[in-house]
Amino acid sequence: MRNLLIAAASISVLAACGGADETVADGAEPGSSVAEADAPAPTLEAGADFQERLQTALILAEEGSTIVMPAGTFEMTDGLTLDVHGVTLRGASQAQTILNFSQQRGSGEGLLVTSDDVTLSDFTIQETKGDGIKSKGADRIIYRNIKVEWLGDPDEASGAYGIYPVESSEVLVEASYVRGASDAGIYVGQSDNIVVRDNIAEYNVAGIEIENSTNALVNGNVVSNNTGGILVFDLPDLPVMGGNSTIVRNNAIQNNNTRNFAPPGNIVAGVPSGTGVIIMANDKVLVKDNRFENNQTADILITAYSQEFSDEDYNPLPRNVEITGNTYDGSGENPQGDLAQFASIMGGKLPPIVWDGVTRWGDEENSEINIFIDEPESVGYVNLGLGSYPIDVSAAAPSMDRPGGESIGAMPGIVLSRTE
Amino acid sequence: MRAAFLAVLVMMLSACGQHQAAGPDMDVVLAEAPARTLAEYGLFTDASARQPAQGVVPYDLINPLFSDHASKHRLVYVPDGKAADYRADEVMEFPVGTVLVKTFAFAPDMRAPDVGERYRETRLLIRKADGWAAYPYVWNEEETEARYSPAGAWLELAFIDPAGEAVEIDYRVPNQNQCKTCHQMGDAIEPIGPKARNLNHQGPAGVNQIEDWSARGMLTGVPGDVPAVPDITDASLSVPERARAYLDINCAHCHRAEGSASNSGLWLGWEVSDPVKIGIGKHPTAAGRGSGDAIYVVAPGAPEASILTYRMNSDEAGIAMPELGRALIDGDGVELVREWIAGMD
Repeated sequence: MRNLLIAAASISVLAACGGADETVADGAEPGSSVAEADAPAPTLEAGADFQERLQTALILAEEGSTIVMPAGTFEMTDGLTLDVHGVTLRGASQAQTILNFSQQRGSGEGLLVTSDDVTLSDFTIQETKGDGIKSKGADRIIYRNIKVEWLGDPDEASGAYGIYPVESSEVLVEASYVRGASDAGIYVGQSDNIVVRDNIAEYNVAGIEIENSTNALVNGNVVSNNTGGILVFDLPDLPVMGGNSTIVRNNAIQNNNTRNFAPPGNIVAGVPSGTGVIIMANDKVLVKDNRFENNQTADILITAYSQEFSDEDYNPLPRNVEITGNTYDGSGENPQGDLAQFASIMGGKLPPIVWDGVTRWGDEENSEINIFIDEPESVGYVNLGLGSYPIDVSAAAPSMDRPGGESIGAMPGIVLSRTE
Repeated sequence: MRAAFLAVLVMMLSACGQHQAAGPDMDVVLAEAPARTLAEYGLFTDASARQPAQGVVPYDLINPLFSDHASKHRLVYVPDGKAADYRADEVMEFPVGTVLVKTFAFAPDMRAPDVGERYRETRLLIRKADGWAAYPYVWNEEETEARYSPAGAWLELAFIDPAGEAVEIDYRVPNQNQCKTCHQMGDAIEPIGPKARNLNHQGPAGVNQIEDWSARGMLTGVPGDVPAVPDITDASLSVPERARAYLDINCAHCHRAEGSASNSGLWLGWEVSDPVKIGIGKHPTAAGRGSGDAIYVVAPGAPEASILTYRMNSDEAGIAMPELGRALIDGDGVELVREWIAGMD
């Protein structure tokens, strides 16, 4: 007990020194907010009623204040919530401050943030019954040095999303770690101006997913041993649609061959095990300077939305996709899922880049898709030539001819007014 | 005119009683911070909150939200000389200083909820100058004091449910933020129940509540034609009507464009007519294992293959819907919604 108190006190001293314990991956200087300068951040003590005291601190927090959690593993029986603007919630480190939710009895997530300008850093959330950390309508949020994980082997009963910002503008997720999500490790949905950088995502169904969102940069992440590495999707029947302008750059996307353990019905349940990047029904996507290795189905899959829909505002086709400067090694050796049946008519393997070749929905006219593959001729490519959904395997007319699109040009810059 | 006369009469009658304390303490009601105990608001004349203070009016809803079979005692206080403005589809526009009080109570045998009833928690919604605030209060064992409990509480409760089954539950008193989760309306928070369509019936006093509130001068602008939702327990009404009324009061505060579940695109309000928006043929968005291996939120004719009923029929965190506010399954509600889905073409 006494050691814990001392530890807590020393953390509080560190916090008062201006966030000396923060590390920022891109070398930006650590921040010291006005609130921190005025008064030392209140440090919670470990011990009895920790959950209640933490939740009370989150409720009674002053705008702009910092809450420091001590080192230790803390059992949580209910989800935590934060609804005060400008609050920083910080632990000692990913390894030292662990909130364990294996005894969770209520709520849909471990931590729910609904206020703006929040920073979450340096703690771990484990074994939540639903999602790990959800932030909804929480603009300018920062997730930094956060770990969200489900322990043990990949399991259908694990929660859906690890880090889950949705309906927000200006989202930064960096230097974090996600493992074991039965949907996506890092999932950004229905949001605008997004940076997901320098994270590790492994053993999730989807490592990182950008869905129904605009202006996203997914950079410098290590995405390995998921079912699918990085997904850029747009789905129908949602309040925000028309996803566009995502850059997937400088990521290591390797060995994403874990079996698909998503519960059926969810869109990622259709992701073939062994896919590096999937671009579905999205506009303006740049896949650049990534390193692909040993993804058994394909490195990059470009596809239309494949299920029926009635939403008249929805465009199910991918368009304006540029692929350039990536490296590819050892992929497509053992295609899975829906792609296995196409591989069988191509000698059992697939090249690194696969397009379903769908250019129209039902009886509609063909659309201009514009896929630009700016890679050496040695990089394999196939257009499955399916033409239209619903698909007919026997109608596949595979072609190795490059699609001959043109560069999508400069992507709009991403604005983050809070990065520290 | 007649309404005004009635209102005066009511006031005179209540003034005739024993020495009633004056109405609620507006300084406490409108203070920036919540009071430490419920008693400090002066909403009741007794410590156990059985006797409403002057101007604090009991009411109920045609269909209550299911909360582990709790009995709910609702009261509204609108400050003297002020009135709520009638709204047709949303919660009445209550004036600053309004207090909505809801006490959750359990009896040993909920087949006779009045016998041996115990108050467990009281939730306040207070209309302050800058919007509504939600505060939870938890009662002590003696029911002599309800104390402000921002972090909520877990209560171990045992009782016989209305179907005669003995149940033991960890009853959750929501924390203050969880209050907001259900009461979210865009960037603000709002009450859920006191809409015209939920109030428009005979309340606890045996008179139509809309007319009563109007007569008391608490509500203005009432039109000739006031809507009402179907009573979900009225078997003479059609199943689809009753099922939609059930979803309206139990789900639609989150499942609407301005609510906490807005990103799901599943909107379950009474007024929603687009089949996909109410889940028919709609794929799950972020359900995870809450999908229960089903492909559609509502699969017409197939309740066993519908996510909606799967989640209603679970009491497990991460699957159960609503996410907050219940430890038990509302068997009657599940049955009603199943019947609705089974009857769809």
